[in-house]
Amino acid sequence: MFAMTPMGNKQKKVSLGEKLLQLNWSLVLLVTAVASIGFAMLYSAAHGSADPWMAAQMKRFGLGLVGMLILGLIDLRLYMRFAYAFYALAFVLLVYVEFLGEIGMGAQRWINLGFIQLQPSEMMKVALVLSLARYFHGTDWEAVGKPWVLIPPTLMAVAPAGLVMKQPDLGTAVTLMIVGGAMFFAAGVRWWKFAIIIAVGVVGAYFAWNSDLLHDYQKARILTFLDPESDVRGAGYHIIQSKIALGSGGIWGKGFLQGTQSHLDFLPERQTDFIFTMFAEEWGLVGGVVLLSLYSMLVLYGVVIALRCRSQFGKMMAFGLSFNLFTYFFINTAMVMGLIPVVGVPLPLISYGGTAMMTVLAGFGLMMSAYVHRDAKIGRTGREEN
Amino acid sequence: MAGNKQQAQNQAKIFSRRAMILGGMQATLVGSLIARLYYLQVIESEKYRLLADENRINLRLLPPSRGLILDRFGVPLAANFPNYRAILVAEQTKDLEQTLGDFARLVPLTERERTKVMRELKRNRAFTPIPVKEDLSWEQMSQVELNLPELPGISIEEDQKRYYPFAGLTAHILGYVQTASESEVAADPDPLLTLPGFRIGRNGLERTYDSSLRGSAGKSEIEVNSVGRIIRQLSRVEGKAGADLVTTIDIGLQEFAQQRIAAEQSCSSVVMDIFSGEILAMASTPSFDPASFYRGISSDEWRMLNTDMFRPLTNKTISDGYAPGSTFKIVTTMAAQQAGISPNFSVFCPGVYTFGPMRLHCWKKEGHGHVSMTDALKHSCDVYYYDIAKRVGIDAIAEMARKFGLGTVTGIDLPGENSGVIPDQAWKIGTLGEKWYPGETLVAGIGQGFIQTTPLQLCLMTARVANGGYAITPRLFKRYGASGGAAGTGDLAANAGLAEGAAPKMDVNPNHLAIIRRGMDLVTNDQRGTAYRRRIDIPGMEMAGKTGTSQVRRITMAERATGVRKNEDLPWPQRDHALFVAYAPVHQPRYAISVVIEHGGGGSTFAAPIARDILIECQRRDPARRNPNDEGGRREMP
Repeated sequence: MFAMTPMGNKQKKVSLGEKLLQLNWSLVLLVTAVASIGFAMLYSAAHGSADPWMAAQMKRFGLGLVGMLILGLIDLRLYMRFAYAFYALAFVLLVYVEFLGEIGMGAQRWINLGFIQLQPSEMMKVALVLSLARYFHGTDWEAVGKPWVLIPPTLMAVAPAGLVMKQPDLGTAVTLMIVGGAMFFAAGVRWWKFAIIIAVGVVGAYFAWNSDLLHDYQKARILTFLDPESDVRGAGYHIIQSKIALGSGGIWGKGFLQGTQSHLDFLPERQTDFIFTMFAEEWGLVGGVVLLSLYSMLVLYGVVIALRCRSQFGKMMAFGLSFNLFTYFFINTAMVMGLIPVVGVPLPLISYGGTAMMTVLAGFGLMMSAYVHRDAKIGRTGREEN
Repeated sequence: MAGNKQQAQNQAKIFSRRAMILGGMQATLVGSLIARLYYLQVIESEKYRLLADENRINLRLLPPSRGLILDRFGVPLAANFPNYRAILVAEQTKDLEQTLGDFARLVPLTERERTKVMRELKRNRAFTPIPVKEDLSWEQMSQVELNLPELPGISIEEDQKRYYPFAGLTAHILGYVQTASESEVAADPDPLLTLPGFRIGRNGLERTYDSSLRGSAGKSEIEVNSVGRIIRQLSRVEGKAGADLVTTIDIGLQEFAQQRIAAEQSCSSVVMDIFSGEILAMASTPSFDPASFYRGISSDEWRMLNTDMFRPLTNKTISDGYAPGSTFKIVTTMAAQQAGISPNFSVFCPGVYTFGPMRLHCWKKEGHGHVSMTDALKHSCDVYYYDIAKRVGIDAIAEMARKFGLGTVTGIDLPGENSGVIPDQAWKIGTLGEKWYPGETLVAGIGQGFIQTTPLQLCLMTARVANGGYAITPRLFKRYGASGGAAGTGDLAANAGLAEGAAPKMDVNPNHLAIIRRGMDLVTNDQRGTAYRRRIDIPGMEMAGKTGTSQVRRITMAERATGVRKNEDLPWPQRDHALFVAYAPVHQPRYAISVVIEHGGGGSTFAAPIARDILIECQRRDPARRNPNDEGGRREMP
């Protein structure tokens, strides 16, 4: 699977054909397999019809796959060179939709580009990984130990997370923080620093809860969020129905197109956020474990690429992107199983919708590029080093 | 650059280690996901499977058809009739107004009905069927069926409604059915009651035998989606129809009796088989139409029925107590004999009886002269009874009255039976807190004063005299089953006597009863009897009877001095009740009858002819006499 093509240290001009051969076709196969499960589920969600979801999703996937391969062929150093610029662009767009959304577009937080609705918060996920990778690439290990060195990357993660939180898109904000944190950790930031931040957070939350800062209705809202099942008719309805669907699926599932909870509309959002539930209702524990395994393999693939990369940038980027994928599917599946509160995160590659799919496929494209250029040595500023 | 190289190697080493740590954390988290799936889908699966079924499966009750009520020959008295109703499903039509308009051209809709439909349509989801019009006639139903293609959204639904072919003729016996009230639904565990529109027996036999007639609910499992739309039927178990109830009523006789008394303002009559206690006819007038209760009675109609002076809703044969008047002399005579007074004991009647300061009058001002026991019955001589009542005492009279079924409910299978009143010393102390005055015994001896009896009790008393002293119990129930017995006979064997042990023997001397029967024979068949002019002169059908005229008001001394006012001159509520009890045929008794005309005047003049006519009809219909092919008693449903 991870066949290694020996490449000399000397970076010769490599032809396009050679580069294509270098791409991880097994990864492409794996991605397509997961996406195909998604197609089947969208077909089922429409009660056995390609419309309105499956056909559109297939088209989108085809397009995204081509984009992914193109991204995989582009030189890794180019990504490093433009990492900050890309981050800046994503940040500006984020601010832009924040204000535009406030002023005129209702709660809309995306920009319509005609063929796709560009969601800056999704863009930011990739941009953050790229810029953090670049920052830590240029910072040697000893410097990472110094607190002030950590201030710029911390701002890099916290600022967009705060903006996204305000939207309010809790799921994406949390994802940004988790992915950023994972990259800090991988870069070698000391354990106790994490411990301090977590301790400060917990103590702060405790005092905030017991002070007069929060109104009772706000506290009630937070409690409902943490325990949705206390609100059977409202917030809890979705999660209760989701658990019923999962549980009633049993070991072998009710069969393709046979999910009663999904097909009789008891399960909400079955084509988007709750599509895993529908899958596990129809395919049971067996199907659920298979799907989780496929995702885990995709994540592992990213980790292996990261370990194989010579440059710190490549390592950090591949690892950050794979962790992003993990966060995505973990939050979604844990949410529909009732393990964590409902935050509205789609299941990557399977849920209907373009944005998440684009982010994930772009991420795989970048990982492939990291793999193709795994032996490239990159200087502090991104120039080739000999 | 060696430092740099060292630096890079360090960095790579740390990265690898940290990546492995994070990878391990990720693996743990994925493991927790799988564990959670295992918990939900394997350990808790059964619970969620049930919940999922609860979500999607709606249990619908299927109402069973109510058992029929038949007369003894199998003629349906209460039946089920198809009820066609038009329903509208909003989502199946593009233009509601248009559809309703087209429908109204076939079946006229009132403005009220139309607004009700529109309101229901707004209140319910688009796929919920809304009733547009109930109770379509056959013609209307076929008209609508024919035009269904032009009426999108409209369809015809069929269920059953209760139907009483004889309407008011049987209303008091059968009662009626009505939707259950909330408290009734709460008290009865039968899930059927929760069905909208399900009706339960509210009165009469419909109520007494409600649980048997009702049957048991069927079930249909229906799959619905989250908003309640029906997807498909999963299973269907038909209910068990209610049992048919064969009554003892002979509808031919019932019809005759009810029509015979219809001319009276307020009258009732019961005909009983003296051996079995089976009620052949039970008439009470005025009557009412049970159909109005089925439809849902209007408050105006309800108020009218309730405030009517003649009380059409009351089954007077069981619910009304009347002073029995001279018909009670049967009891007094029995009590006297029991006390040892010989049938030959005679009293001189001068027309008035003096008791201390009281002067009690005989109905015949000029008196009867010397009267014996049987003469006393024949003439209904009041003075004779004052005398023997005084000798016997009230407690002995009351004890005898109770032996004949007076003063207590007879136990007939109908709700709302009145026990009547048979007073004695203890009763008066207990009820009025006063001691009994001897003068009251004399009044009680002629069936006046505190005594109250229902027409059914009087009929039962007569039957027990006629059957030779067997304590039969009146009843309307014959058996459960599909139809009558052997065609035409209605199970009324021609020469039925009383099967040994069928009813307990009363503690009376049969010879005493024979004296009563002799007296009653004289009443109708002796030229000087009080009801001779109303006798049956058809050979073999002759009856024996006893008249009664019970006084409602008190006649003052002043009025007696100036002459007692004639009944016809009094306002209706002050007139005397007219009573008559009889049995026939006189020498081989089979049927007993009682007739009470409320405020109807003299018993011999007004009540006796009714009893005579009904008894003639009753014997004419006797299976022993009639040719079964002559008149089957069967009647097509109107």
